[in-house]
Amino acid sequence: MPFSRYMEVGRIVLINFGPDKGKLACVIDIVDQNKCLIDAPPGQGIVRQVISFGRVALTDLTVKIQRNARQKTLEKAYADAGTLEKWEASSWAKKLASRSKRANLNDFGRFKVMVAKKQKAQIIATKLAA
Amino acid sequence: MTVSKTPRYYPAEDIKPAKKTHLVKQNPPRLRKSITPGTVLIILAGRFRGKRVVFLKALESGLLLVSGPFKINGVPLRRVNQAYVIATSTTVDVSGVNVKHIDDVYFGRSKDPSKAEGEDVFFEGDAPKAAIVSDERKEDQKKVDEVLLKAVAAVPMLEGYLAAHFTLTSNDKPHLMKF
Repeated sequence: MPFSRYMEVGRIVLINFGPDKGKLACVIDIVDQNKCLIDAPPGQGIVRQVISFGRVALTDLTVKIQRNARQKTLEKAYADAGTLEKWEASSWAKKLASRSKRANLNDFGRFKVMVAKKQKAQIIATKLAA
Repeated sequence: MTVSKTPRYYPAEDIKPAKKTHLVKQNPPRLRKSITPGTVLIILAGRFRGKRVVFLKALESGLLLVSGPFKINGVPLRRVNQAYVIATSTTVDVSGVNVKHIDDVYFGRSKDPSKAEGEDVFFEGDAPKAAIVSDERKEDQKKVDEVLLKAVAAVPMLEGYLAAHFTLTSNDKPHLMKF
């Protein structure tokens, strides 16, 4: 079974650990067997930095950039590829969003979810009984 | 060489002058920042443990004045200790509620003159006496709840929320739950 996602210049990665956890970045350069240089367009809140492979997860998305591209070039490349929209539409991003939504529910929110689950179960039960 | 003369007169008893008593400064009781008028609180201990109630105001003793509303969950106008309460981030509009006349004295125990002293004290624990709710309390409850119920009805599902109990079930992690 061959690999499909490669660590390469232009690969979009999700940072899994550290202060920038949860953010998307783009691989600009590979340092060595364990580290890469990442950066992101101005709005994303990521400083250009060297990060270990272990702290990062490869996504399916890539952008066409040259090695060591500048932030401005990155911004244009992201816009051309529609990276952020594609990411938001992916089921991975949707799962992360729903997980964080659930974690941030307040007590009233949890009550509403409980009621909704009961109503859904009731609808299913009546359909099954019919 | 100076020699201090003994005074001509000194008292027979050695009476030390009264020390200045250290006056302890009583600060107003601190209220948690998360508790503001209208906040829904979860009561954790006492007769009404698990109930969600509406916070009305903080009394001078530091206790919190809450109301169920009574019609929704059976909690009357009552005092509750801040320490036994979780403050949720849900609030109800209580701007129309007037509880200015309710303070700690209002909740003070009334001296019951009919209680005979002596032997009767020993027989007190046998039969539970039904609580006698004064008309004044019923009136105040009605007035406060009238406004509260309207405010609660304005928010969808809030009435059911206040009527429900708070419970922990499996997979609930209270230290990770946001209230």
